[in-house]
Amino acid sequence: MNEDPLVQLAEDFSLLSLMAVGGAITVLPEMHRSVVEIHGWMSAVQFADLFALAQTSPGPNILVVTLIGWKVAGLAGALVATIGMCGPSCVLTFAVSKIWLQFREASWRLAIEDGLVPVTVGLMLAGGFLITLSADHSVAAFVITGVTAAAVLTTRIHPLWFFAIAGALGVAGWI
Amino acid sequence: MNDTPVAAAPGPSELFLRFAQVAVTGFGGVTPWARRMLVEERRWLDPDEFTDVLSLCQLLPGPNIVNIAVCVGARFDGVRGALAAFAGLMGAPVVIVLVLGALYTQYGHLPAVSSAFRGISAAAAGLVVAMGLKMMASRRLRSAMAVFAVVTFIGVALVRLPLVVILAGVAPASIAAAIWRRK
Repeated sequence: MNEDPLVQLAEDFSLLSLMAVGGAITVLPEMHRSVVEIHGWMSAVQFADLFALAQTSPGPNILVVTLIGWKVAGLAGALVATIGMCGPSCVLTFAVSKIWLQFREASWRLAIEDGLVPVTVGLMLAGGFLITLSADHSVAAFVITGVTAAAVLTTRIHPLWFFAIAGALGVAGWI
Repeated sequence: MNDTPVAAAPGPSELFLRFAQVAVTGFGGVTPWARRMLVEERRWLDPDEFTDVLSLCQLLPGPNIVNIAVCVGARFDGVRGALAAFAGLMGAPVVIVLVLGALYTQYGHLPAVSSAFRGISAAAAGLVVAMGLKMMASRRLRSAMAVFAVVTFIGVALVRLPLVVILAGVAPASIAAAIWRRK
């Protein structure tokens, strides 16, 4: 296991690419496991920080992968991780898209969708649970997480406002 | 109907530009912006076509919005279109996030920045929690199928099973149950 970090990034993320059913966030727990627990590339807190940083940036929410690669192996790491995470799934999408659209009402297709949705939801909830445990180390932090989640669910206020307010509360020493 | 797609198929530079625009304006989730661009502004797809593309892209592994870019690009201009849409979508955001990363490394150790991040990380976690909870409203969970969501959650969050165990064990069981229920 004493490989070049670039090779490990490429291996890890191209596997995750094909395991990310239902979107990139569903592999958040596995990314955490690999990056923090298996490779020890960073602490859980750093992982949560990079995730937050990626969320404050515009663009696809896959950008946390770019930051992980960059943290591990600089610019080359960022590119390898990003392409690793997108490449295999893009090729698969390209190959399948033409065939798939011809089967819009096929019952096997609907059954696959029915079957994968619960797994996706379970993975998303697990991702939320684990990133909360990594990010929150005080009662106030858990309150921020809870209030943000509730507000995103019930209002149309843009999430960046919560990032700004939470950041200000942090600077004020409340969290 | 006002929703008919325009006939002219976009070329690679048009695909690149439009996806770049969507990516840079899309804070906290690009997909809704992509829908607006594809269906309402450019009319490259009608609403049903978009829903169809979206459901495929959610089903296939990988980031949904990246898959959407590849699907749409491929549809209008094959490999060239797919590459153009992908590059447009990812190019600017990767540069922006790396600049943020560099600033964070430079100033992250300052007490003010690290305490700001204690707050921002907590809010970012809340965003993921909300996404998960929102998806629980799916009509596909309003049945015994919900048990597979519970098993997945317990397996990953509490038992900390590797993802491959879920994909090799729970996912096939869930699909088998769905097939059986449709019979």
